[in-house]
Amino acid sequence: MGTFAYFPHTEEDIRAMLKRIGVSDLEDLYSDVPNAFKYKGEYELPEAMSEQEVRGYFENLGRKNVQLKVFVGQGAYDHYVPSIASYITSRSEFLTSYTPYQSEISQGTLRYIFEYQSMICRLTGMDVSNASIYDGPSAAAEALRMMLASSRKRKKLVLSSAVLPHVREVVKTYMKYSDAELVIAEDVLAELGPDVAGVLVPQICKHGRLKDLDGYAEKIHDAGALMAVYCDPSTLAVLKSPAEWGADIAVGEGQSLGLPLNYGGPYLGFIACKKEHLRKLPGRIVGQTTDANGKRCFVLTLQAREQHIRRERATSNICSNQSLMCLWATVYLSLMGPEGLKKVNRLSSEGAHYLYDRLIATGKFEDTHKDKPFLKEFTLKPLCDVAKLQKALLDGGYFAALRLENGELNFCVTEKHSKAEIDELVKIVEDL
Amino acid sequence: MKYYDKLIFELGRKGRSGYSLPKSFASAPAVPENLARKTPLELPEVSEPDVVRHYTNLSQMNFGVDTGFYPLGSCTMKYNPKINEEVANHPLFTGLHPLQPRETVKGAIEMIEGLDKTLAEITGLKHFTFLPCAGAHGELAGLMLMREYHLARNDFARTKVIVPDSAHGTNPASAAVCGLEIVEVKSRADGLVDVEDLKPLLGAEIAGIMMTNPNTLGLFEREIGEIAKLVHDSGGLLYYDGANMNPLLGKVRPGDMGFDILHLNLHKTFSTPHGGGGPGSGPVGVAESVLPYLHIPVVSGFHGNYSVMMKAYAYILMLGRENIKMAGPLATLNANYIKESLKDCYKLPIPSICKHEFVFDGLINDGAHDDVPGATTLDIAKRLLDYGFHAPTIYFPLLFSQALMIEPTETESKETLDEFIAVMRKIAEEAAEDPNILRSAPHNTPVSRPDETTAARNPIVKA
Amino acid sequence: MSKIIEGLLYSESHEWVKVDGKVAIIGVTDFAQSEMGDITYVDLPSKDDDITKDEDFGALESVKASSELLCPVSGTIVAVNEKLEDAPELINEDPYANWIIKVEMSDASELNSLLTAAAYAEIIK
Repeated sequence: MGTFAYFPHTEEDIRAMLKRIGVSDLEDLYSDVPNAFKYKGEYELPEAMSEQEVRGYFENLGRKNVQLKVFVGQGAYDHYVPSIASYITSRSEFLTSYTPYQSEISQGTLRYIFEYQSMICRLTGMDVSNASIYDGPSAAAEALRMMLASSRKRKKLVLSSAVLPHVREVVKTYMKYSDAELVIAEDVLAELGPDVAGVLVPQICKHGRLKDLDGYAEKIHDAGALMAVYCDPSTLAVLKSPAEWGADIAVGEGQSLGLPLNYGGPYLGFIACKKEHLRKLPGRIVGQTTDANGKRCFVLTLQAREQHIRRERATSNICSNQSLMCLWATVYLSLMGPEGLKKVNRLSSEGAHYLYDRLIATGKFEDTHKDKPFLKEFTLKPLCDVAKLQKALLDGGYFAALRLENGELNFCVTEKHSKAEIDELVKIVEDL
Repeated sequence: MKYYDKLIFELGRKGRSGYSLPKSFASAPAVPENLARKTPLELPEVSEPDVVRHYTNLSQMNFGVDTGFYPLGSCTMKYNPKINEEVANHPLFTGLHPLQPRETVKGAIEMIEGLDKTLAEITGLKHFTFLPCAGAHGELAGLMLMREYHLARNDFARTKVIVPDSAHGTNPASAAVCGLEIVEVKSRADGLVDVEDLKPLLGAEIAGIMMTNPNTLGLFEREIGEIAKLVHDSGGLLYYDGANMNPLLGKVRPGDMGFDILHLNLHKTFSTPHGGGGPGSGPVGVAESVLPYLHIPVVSGFHGNYSVMMKAYAYILMLGRENIKMAGPLATLNANYIKESLKDCYKLPIPSICKHEFVFDGLINDGAHDDVPGATTLDIAKRLLDYGFHAPTIYFPLLFSQALMIEPTETESKETLDEFIAVMRKIAEEAAEDPNILRSAPHNTPVSRPDETTAARNPIVKA
Repeated sequence: MSKIIEGLLYSESHEWVKVDGKVAIIGVTDFAQSEMGDITYVDLPSKDDDITKDEDFGALESVKASSELLCPVSGTIVAVNEKLEDAPELINEDPYANWIIKVEMSDASELNSLLTAAAYAEIIK
């Protein structure tokens, strides 16, 4: 013993503890396991590494990744990550704590979740937000389930085909095993009818273009259904909020709120809704109350909706949230404030339009969505050899021009990207 | 811990800012009027020092594994090694976009493949999907796999799943989300699944059974061999809820017991931090028979909670083949040590050897006398907070009315356990003398017991 | 000791029924409310919904529990006690004065399967 830093037991400890238990050997603690199930072989695992070996191992692995300048969006955005976001979220009182069921010693977690919920409500214009769920796509699936639960009899759900493909795939997966009928349509309003429980539309389509949702809420509500809007919360500093569009539910991916790309996760799914749907909102919710001495404090509330109480009758099986990522986004939004977030959008949009103009000027692309406005992300139809283009970009250190399902290419610019970087990207295209 | 009563919205001044952004170098058209936000955006207007101080103050009202002992049953709150954090935050990984071409993320993919291989070896299964972001998410994906297995056989009648009455609440909830009807199998007086009760439940409509082994009472389901045979013979599959995998680490492999599908909680068994409720990671592993369907449940957008997976892999590499064999046994040793040291003060409904956790059913002497009610499990939990320990899991499993579920994990030393035992004995004495000390606890925390009824009746959920 | 009112009919799932012609007035018993503790929310059905005997028509919630309400008779829901939306505590205060729904019965013979006050007293002993 004593060779592994995380096992504190000495030989003497083990002897004394076994004696208290009244057995003579550690093996005796497994006397209830049938012999046939005890693993007797040698585990085919690597030999134990020391800390410095582990560090070196990952360093080596990391070097096998090509570090690229990211000019692609599609649901994961390379916004700047302020240093204090990782600084605060690394504090072990936050990092190593459990779900705040014991509110008396979890006021830190509970308060930042309350702040997070408040900020999501302010961004989306909704009345209530949950404490987050896994990611944007799974949040979209939960929003659809929520609309289904709100209507006892209607069984049809309509998803706009304009949502990002990874959102569509997760929604399809969730719905496949339910008794709901999922319809994926370009014209969602044409699908309305007496059996439709809800409709989910994106505010920004998969090609980066801003959608005009004027009149959607009225038509959807007139047909007796609910409306959910999938949005990028970062852009809500400048774009109409889901509430302003008349939506009942706002849902989306919070990664754009200063979370690192991290090869896809952990990210931050959010769901917020109008107060009449509060009881159907899945996941944790933090509420304000007072303690026995009248002090303001915060607790997990409305738990009777959740799986640990309702079991199979719960709206959702979710049992956790992306708590630390909520903290990350909350710190980010606090730092940015209303003006900073607007500026992030302005700088991203300026960079994106600069790149757009210069790419069009190369004559190697065509814009098939010409009259549709965009912010940081756009797609173009290639008039050149795509494989050659992508290879030249990769060789030049750029991840850009991701090919989408319709054959068009995706570009995305954030405030992180300098003029020099964009010019260099364009140069690579020009030199093709 | 000291009480700090501010919200970020109560700090700052109009016009103050905490951001630092580059200069503009181009122009862009304004957002068209009909698409532009009209409502003012009320976010905090604070400086960077305001933000740092505020969240540092909040952190000081929080208890974590780094603060003290967390005997939280079924949650496996083991120490979170710091090297895990360092490697997961490495800039050679954090800047990777999830849609980058494979040839540019060879290191990232090698990590996933390495983790897959080691987890397969540890569990005795073939391969894993890493898309699930938490245990419940893994259950959902796992049950989808169970359905796919039957659908591929045109066996459409299997729409029910058997769940023991001692199961985690997520099991029935996940089954319901996956469109499966729940059939409950009872536990016997000894806390194990009643095989006789199970037999008549099996048949052509049963997709499978979800089991936790050891179960939520910390008891090893010793008849698992017979159960596996019965379920398989009837055409069903066995699902292993990995929440309680820790005592089997390095000792027993679920695949060898006959399980076909399993999820692991990397944030439990493989030491990644809980982060105040997440992010976790709930990879799902399958046996050969289910392997053809492993790609089907696309339950999250990209590759799952990637950086969490890195932390777990770092831990596994440090455990290695030498140390893994001690992980489960030491966790089991710690649990039995506490159990044996406290069973004269706390009711122990099932006295057998436990695995990583066990359940007390309240105090032997709760101090009730005349009109004074005795101390409950809730009161014991709250009093523990006063003594600097986290509370155990309480009122679960549902089989005992005063359930108090304790899981120490292998990373706690004998001294820590002895301190905890001494405090639990002191609490038992306090209850016997004056249960009101417990009933009004905690006394030394930043806030005392909250008014949860008002919180639920009149929800205030935003500032 | 939980209060039981003579003359009402009771279900094994702790609902009471007061018969008023073709209409069944339905609430929960004192035993049910005391088992739940402080009720924080009453999930109510919609008026005009059809319901069958033993189907759930809503739920009671407390901080740590949720309990389904099962309809003791079949028929159409003709009234819902909307006061409970904002004041769920009324059920704790007087579970017999604060009915939850009224159902116009489609089959009055179903009442025969319900318990008398004395029989109900036996099962909650």
